[in-house]
Amino acid sequence: MTRDLLSQVTVLVLAVVIGFELISRVPSLLHTPLMSATNAIHGIVLVGAMIVVIGPDDPLTEVLGFIAVVFGAINVVGGFIVTNRMLDMFRTRPQPRGKRK
Amino acid sequence: MQTLTTVAYLAAAILFIAGIRRLRSPATARSGNTVAAVGMLVAVVATLFDADVLSLAKIGAGIALGSVIGAVTARRVPMTSMPQFVAAFNGVGGGAAALIAFAEFYRLFLEGGEGGFVVLFTIFLSMLIGSVSFAGSIVAFGKLEEIFLSGSISFPGQKALNALVALVSLGAAGNAIVGGPAPLASAVVALVGALLLGVLFVIPIGGADMPIVISLLNAFTGLAAAASGFVLTNSVLIISGALVGASGSILTYKMSSALGRPLQKILFGAVGAAAAEKEGDGEEKPVTSGSAEDVGALLNYDADSVIFVPGYGLAVAQAQTAMAELMRLLESKGKTVKFAIHPVAGRMPGHMNVLLAEADVPAEKLLDLEDVNPDFADTDAVVIVGANDVVNPSAREDGGSPISGMPILDVDNAKRVVFVKRSLSPGFAGIDNPLFYDQDKTMMLFSDAKTGLEGVIAAVKNS
Repeated sequence: MTRDLLSQVTVLVLAVVIGFELISRVPSLLHTPLMSATNAIHGIVLVGAMIVVIGPDDPLTEVLGFIAVVFGAINVVGGFIVTNRMLDMFRTRPQPRGKRK
Repeated sequence: MQTLTTVAYLAAAILFIAGIRRLRSPATARSGNTVAAVGMLVAVVATLFDADVLSLAKIGAGIALGSVIGAVTARRVPMTSMPQFVAAFNGVGGGAAALIAFAEFYRLFLEGGEGGFVVLFTIFLSMLIGSVSFAGSIVAFGKLEEIFLSGSISFPGQKALNALVALVSLGAAGNAIVGGPAPLASAVVALVGALLLGVLFVIPIGGADMPIVISLLNAFTGLAAAASGFVLTNSVLIISGALVGASGSILTYKMSSALGRPLQKILFGAVGAAAAEKEGDGEEKPVTSGSAEDVGALLNYDADSVIFVPGYGLAVAQAQTAMAELMRLLESKGKTVKFAIHPVAGRMPGHMNVLLAEADVPAEKLLDLEDVNPDFADTDAVVIVGANDVVNPSAREDGGSPISGMPILDVDNAKRVVFVKRSLSPGFAGIDNPLFYDQDKTMMLFSDAKTGLEGVIAAVKNS
């Protein structure tokens, strides 16, 4: 248990360091898409919700787990699609203007 | 099987990191999002291998339902409403973390077993942070959609109430963690308290600061996810949650410093400021109001250099195409036209750049606050469309103003200022703009952004 915990804490600390490092120099233009993408990534709670549903059955946990799965899936799918739509807007940028009129 | 799942989780974590990395540059950002999405798929599929047939059916149904809701909403949202939908998606993520924690707590309670300090501690961490994020995001969503609780809401004793609710919620959680009496009731009290706290935390914050709050709540949900990773001893949850928690915090800090609004001021400053702003209102002050023809004549004959300031109203009215057309028309008459983009124009950093790129405005014409501010003094006319707070001189001059200290576009240095605005109503931060009442300098064109700009285009063509 303690060794398990220790390795989990190690993983946590390393992930925090990487998270800090990743956002060192980002143009403000990308702040919103970046926020939206990390928003989709914490949709990983979906995996947690699935584990709850897979675990031992009792009516309340089942219901809570199911709702959590729905919520998690909304977070993941909605998050990635919204980010993609935002980034789609940047694609028109390098094109010469006047093409679409 | 266990090994395979672990390896898949590791792969997912690496894909998330690579994805975020690619999101740092506009050229690779789209692929970054896809890489992260693939990572998510890997993690979900790997988890499915642990499921028996019955749970597989339930999970399948839940994922299908959630995906349909998420996909349909995300596709239908107009670009202008993006911020609030990011808030909404964030909120359900926080809600999921809270539900997972509560379900695990209930399971432990039924088994009557001791969860141990670490498990109980992380259960409550996940439950409380997730609930705050859930309730706070819902309020942020409501504010930005202007369905409920819009503007800054404050009342006497707010800080005391917040402290009391926090204390009760934490006390109940503490009781359950150390194995005190009535654990289930304590958990419910802690949960409800945290939800209430989420609401109380966001209601006093004005709309202009909402992007930063959403970013902060995003980091919260990341932390909640990491905490639920400890509850379920699941590495991919810990890694991804910590990644989002850390990157989200830095992003929040960067956003708030780009706006010159220290976090502390946003989160705790609104309560006092809102009360001060209410005085001095109620009197009708005169303004110079003009028609589209007046504005057209001004631009045609009195202005060689023009700067456009697009704001949220432009985005709402979908008037970016009209603005681009007016730009081309004025340029064809030999005038110079630039765009001044405030860091939060359109409520989110980068939002306005996206909309104007859509209307084929060349990127080099979009100037940042620092680059454009020195230019206003040499500019004949500034046309502000659907913006108010970002050009409000009281941010610079009035220390008691709720937006005091926020960097603004110094449009008042230009010779003439035109506001295209539906009414004199104050902006999103809920404060009046003294520039409206400078009758020698300012002309108000009371109109919806699109109709107004189209009127001005016609007037410039005809005059």
